[in-house]
Amino acid sequence: MADEPTELKTTVLNDLHHAHGAKMVGFAGYEMPVQYKLGVLKEHLHTRAAAGLFDVSHMGQVILRGPDVAKALEALVPVDVVGLAEGRQRYALFTNDAGGIEDDLMIANRGDHLFLVVNAACKHADVARMRAALEPQGITVKMLENRALVALQGPAAEDVLAEHCPDVREMKFMDVATLPIAGAECWISRSGYTGEDGFEISVPNAAAMDLAKSLLGDARVEAIGLGARDSLRLEAGLCLYGQDLDVDTTPVEAGLSWAISKARRTGGARAGGFPGDKIILKQMADGTTQRRVGLRPDGRAPLRAGVVLFDAEEGGSEAGKVTSGGFGPSVEGPVSMGYVPQAQAGEGTTLWAELRGKRVPVRVAKLPFVPAGFKR
Amino acid sequence: MKFTEEHEWLEVEDDLVVVGITAHAAEQLGDIVFVELPDEGREVTKDEEVVVIESVKAASDILAPLDGEIVEVNESIVADPGKVNEDPEGDAWFFKMKIEDLSVLDELMDEKAYKAFIS
Repeated sequence: MADEPTELKTTVLNDLHHAHGAKMVGFAGYEMPVQYKLGVLKEHLHTRAAAGLFDVSHMGQVILRGPDVAKALEALVPVDVVGLAEGRQRYALFTNDAGGIEDDLMIANRGDHLFLVVNAACKHADVARMRAALEPQGITVKMLENRALVALQGPAAEDVLAEHCPDVREMKFMDVATLPIAGAECWISRSGYTGEDGFEISVPNAAAMDLAKSLLGDARVEAIGLGARDSLRLEAGLCLYGQDLDVDTTPVEAGLSWAISKARRTGGARAGGFPGDKIILKQMADGTTQRRVGLRPDGRAPLRAGVVLFDAEEGGSEAGKVTSGGFGPSVEGPVSMGYVPQAQAGEGTTLWAELRGKRVPVRVAKLPFVPAGFKR
Repeated sequence: MKFTEEHEWLEVEDDLVVVGITAHAAEQLGDIVFVELPDEGREVTKDEEVVVIESVKAASDILAPLDGEIVEVNESIVADPGKVNEDPEGDAWFFKMKIEDLSVLDELMDEKAYKAFIS
């Protein structure tokens, strides 16, 4: 919100946000809707009950094309890209030489090219990193400016989207497909960042407004802003880059070892060979001093990013800090995530959070806070 | 009803001053999910932080609008913070204060002045 509105970029759906009564804020250099008339709480609950439409056009859509592109990209991510089947998508991380995380992203195999979706705030650095590493090998790295990206999320998402494109019913979680909607070539993935079933749809700029309007014309769909996007992903135990993940945090500390593919682990077919590989693989074998956990405060007060945790109600020593937190509308209470020392990371461990000069009890809790609704 | 620049409303009822936040403030804050009220009997001075409210977006402090004693707090908004969004200038009052001289309220904005202040 500190950004000057005049310096902010807009997405092609900007007029639609205003028409739907959005409160707009600066986010990663874009003017984006933080909430609409419904408000964060109802938008969140509506997405879990029916379907929500999110404009995520600020995110970076990147195409990689060239010889052995999958093998080449593996030099930047601890993920099996070579083994990613056509029509499938996989979660990945750009790591650095210290084993920290530079960004998290999605990689899709779209046949003759790879399609990546990266975070808005990191997209220019990501493209620069990929150009430096991949262009010398004859691979082109192209950030798309001619496509918008929307997410339709929630248990009704399939029924809603199938009215425009029946083939989406055949898609499973993390499938990707090229399908026409109202004559426009859409690149659809069955994925999202809310913990619900749903789809992410890359659509040509010229067709984005019509698509968004027709989806919002369905009584089951509401427009959802960044506020509810944040509480939905938090309840789903999903990390926000810049808060829960950063350049100083490794995937192992972040509880993202599952994203490090078997082929890239010690003993795998293509073990290591990514930035920070020695550190990350050693941590996978020997463990880490801290790790990301879910946190449930005992009371009703939300514990937000930056709150410091202690191992005792009085005195004691610091025992980590909160990296994301707020009120979970579906949980009907406060939920947080944070990093704590390994010794305090066990489920049910009581810690104390320092909040407005008082220490309030908080318990280490299982993630996600709400069960996922993915269609596997 | 009188108003402060901190977006509180004050109304005299049986020689006590009832205090809450305005509909404008509630709308700006968004969905309120947590309220912490002061202890009854607490002596407060003007501009002292007396209430913490948290919306889905952020935490905010409510300041004592006047010197006085907190004599009653509205526990129903602690149990159901959403009431503050539903009826901010009615059922969802925050606390009642006893103050020495009710005439100090005359210095505060009336509804017309507050409307001009927020426009």
